[in-house]
Amino acid sequence: MVESVIERITRGHFWDFHGGIHPPEQKFLTSNKPIKQLALPKQLIIPLQQHIGREGDLLVTIGEHVLKGQALTLSTNPMVVPVHAPTSGTISDIKMSVIAHPSGLNQLCIFLDVDGEDAWRKRNVCYDIEQLSNHEIIEKIADAGIAGMGGAGFPTHIKVNSKPDINFLIINGAECEPYITADDLLMMEQSNAIVDGIKILDKLLNPAFILIAIEDNKPKAIKALQQATTSIEKIKVCVVPTKYPTGGEKQLIQILTGQEVTSGQLPIHAGIVMQNVATCFAINEAVRHDIPLIRRVVTVTGQALNKPQNVWALLGTPINFLLEQCSVQNIENEKQPVIMGGPMMGFSVSSELVPIVKTSNCILVPSKVEMPSAFEKESKEVECIRCGQCSDVCPSQLLPQELQWSAKAKDHAQLKKLNLSDCIDCGACAYVCPSQIPLVHYYRIAKAEIREQQQLDLKAEKAKIRFEARKLRLEKEKIARQEKHKKAAAARKAAMNKATPEATGAKSAVAAALARVKAKKASKDQAQTNVPDPQGDLPTDSADDQKSQVSAAIARAKAKKKLKEEAVNKLSLDSGIVSTKSEVEADKVAPTEQPTVDDKKAKIAAAIAKAKAKKLSKSAESSNTVQAPENMVSEKIASSDDKKAKIAAAVAKAKAKKKLKEATSFANNDQDSV
Amino acid sequence: MNILLAILVLGSIAAIFGALLGFASVRFKVDADPIVEQLDALLPQTQCGQCGYPGCKPYAQAVADGEAINKCAPGGEDTIKKIADLMGVEVQPLDESHVKGDIAQSNRPKVAFVIEEDCIGCTKCIQACPVDAIIGAAKQMHTIIIDECTGCDLCVAPCPVDCIEMRELPETIHNWQWDLTSIPVKQLD
Repeated sequence: MVESVIERITRGHFWDFHGGIHPPEQKFLTSNKPIKQLALPKQLIIPLQQHIGREGDLLVTIGEHVLKGQALTLSTNPMVVPVHAPTSGTISDIKMSVIAHPSGLNQLCIFLDVDGEDAWRKRNVCYDIEQLSNHEIIEKIADAGIAGMGGAGFPTHIKVNSKPDINFLIINGAECEPYITADDLLMMEQSNAIVDGIKILDKLLNPAFILIAIEDNKPKAIKALQQATTSIEKIKVCVVPTKYPTGGEKQLIQILTGQEVTSGQLPIHAGIVMQNVATCFAINEAVRHDIPLIRRVVTVTGQALNKPQNVWALLGTPINFLLEQCSVQNIENEKQPVIMGGPMMGFSVSSELVPIVKTSNCILVPSKVEMPSAFEKESKEVECIRCGQCSDVCPSQLLPQELQWSAKAKDHAQLKKLNLSDCIDCGACAYVCPSQIPLVHYYRIAKAEIREQQQLDLKAEKAKIRFEARKLRLEKEKIARQEKHKKAAAARKAAMNKATPEATGAKSAVAAALARVKAKKASKDQAQTNVPDPQGDLPTDSADDQKSQVSAAIARAKAKKKLKEEAVNKLSLDSGIVSTKSEVEADKVAPTEQPTVDDKKAKIAAAIAKAKAKKLSKSAESSNTVQAPENMVSEKIASSDDKKAKIAAAVAKAKAKKKLKEATSFANNDQDSV
Repeated sequence: MNILLAILVLGSIAAIFGALLGFASVRFKVDADPIVEQLDALLPQTQCGQCGYPGCKPYAQAVADGEAINKCAPGGEDTIKKIADLMGVEVQPLDESHVKGDIAQSNRPKVAFVIEEDCIGCTKCIQACPVDAIIGAAKQMHTIIIDECTGCDLCVAPCPVDCIEMRELPETIHNWQWDLTSIPVKQLD
């Protein structure tokens, strides 16, 4: 089968994939100029995460001087690729900064102040790769921080570490998206280095054949690679017809081999590995020259630029530096959109400080004539007219219009049935849509929602397991406790029944107590029976009692009245000055406590005060609603930054509240009695 | 004689089928009501108890027994809709009396946060947490395991020093949602 594929390829025949479009290429803007070496920018902003996966652990601190090529993060698991210092300089800051992501959200970035010396760390150059074992090569690739440079950014060392028999290694130089010429120029200028990189991959994967796929709109690149590979039988340069999106992984596999990678499968299952040409170049740099991935070719293009061209950009170069170098026109005049990536799959960047990362292949600055839709705030979307053009061009053979309806209705089950996960976000459907529906947007939103829902489901499942485990544990603890109590009771009983002196003593004591209780009951009964006539004179002592009780009650009532008056006065005062009072008291308390009470004690005191305050505020609220705002005020005071003052304030607050509560409770009592 | 025969035949048939049914009921016994499991799978598993039941499973059981379907505040309308579909009943609006705190007011998920300098190590919140997402010991500072917290709000009330608050999870590129601010994909020739 492999032979028949090769035979077909040598005859220049290829398969075709479904759909696809032919947008205006616009590659002439940059394809005829050499890649420009730029001066060093003043500052680089290096995001810790520039690929699919997780960010590595920081190896450097603020103020540290780093050399060119020095690792800045450490890889702790296979999905982490490290980042390196693109030039020598001092790390001025490590903070959140806006990154190359459509959300415009911030992520942790290292700010590197360039010193201009461009001094390398020690390099371990190795020209003869035959000396290295496969394991060593893969380690070098991993240490160099290489992630797929075609756009997705999958860690390369995982992709080249696959074991099964590989029929085809496909080198993707199709570069089908309009405007972008970065790979084209790299192939023209660095064909030998790319072929050296391919040889390293050949050693690692040992495929039956190596296919280099280039679209037929890049004659110079085709010629350069054909010249570089003439002596190697295994490598075939395949000139494929120009069509968007030929460069998609599954599409290119279908064009070259006629095999369709089914939904949910990876190319490796079909014995195929695909690498981008820029990745091959980076592998060669890393393995032979010990240069980690610190720069890449970026196409800076668009008709708003005077000098659109390809540049060698250090990773971390802010976009505005690149735009300056390519002399952007009238960027001040109006909101000039800047698109990272191509016109089909790229996204508008939210800030000009966004840095170049491992996956950025293009910066597009269109003029208003060129791309009017980029300048419009509102979408011109109208209703779907069911023309079906979108399903004609979909390279994944999906049903875009049905997907769109389900995505708008958030019908995730239906989206799954329609295989939304096979959508490659190519944007062909949106390009041909006569109703100007931004179809890909709807799919992207739906994909993000589905991903979030999956995460939530996972979390719910985990919570359920933990809840069940906790219930089981509590149940066990309860049973254990009951058993313990039972045992203890049994032990007590046994001890009682023993004939030791203590046991008998205890027994007699119990017996004595019982006897006393009985005696008391008996005397009570007697007293009741002794009362001769319920309507007659009460016993003298009880009469006296009543008299004294009455007089005491009168005295209490008087006292209360007095207190009430006081309380009313106080309340009116307190409600006015309570906050200032507590502050004053806080001042009073703070200095006396400072020297004597150590930190821990103070903390405990504060906590107690807070607890009390909470309790008080609750009861106070129920008894007197007027107090509520005052509580809030003093609580706010308590949350001030100064710890000591906070403690003191809490104590004071508690005191103040206690007083207030007393006062109000007196008032309430009096009202009740009146 | 005929009558006797008929009784004998019918009686033996009844006995055979009775034995068969009895055997089937033992052999193919369904342990739990499967509808409860299905309902439980629809609930958000925050175990918050806002529905008045001590956890999601008990509420699922209650719904299966005829309890109102609109008591799950964290699940919101989506969950009510799904339960209505499953139970074959009308969709009802969320019963507001079962919404405690401000869980339902914000779309962003929230998790509990312990203000650590104020914590006195009373372990009350640990006892309240339905998913064991709080670590700490008596007189030691406590803290929340963010990844395990379901945002159920149950630990906030028991804290005697008010050092637990519900905070929104920050938006990162991992949980960010696309919005429709335009990305140009269309160009004119």
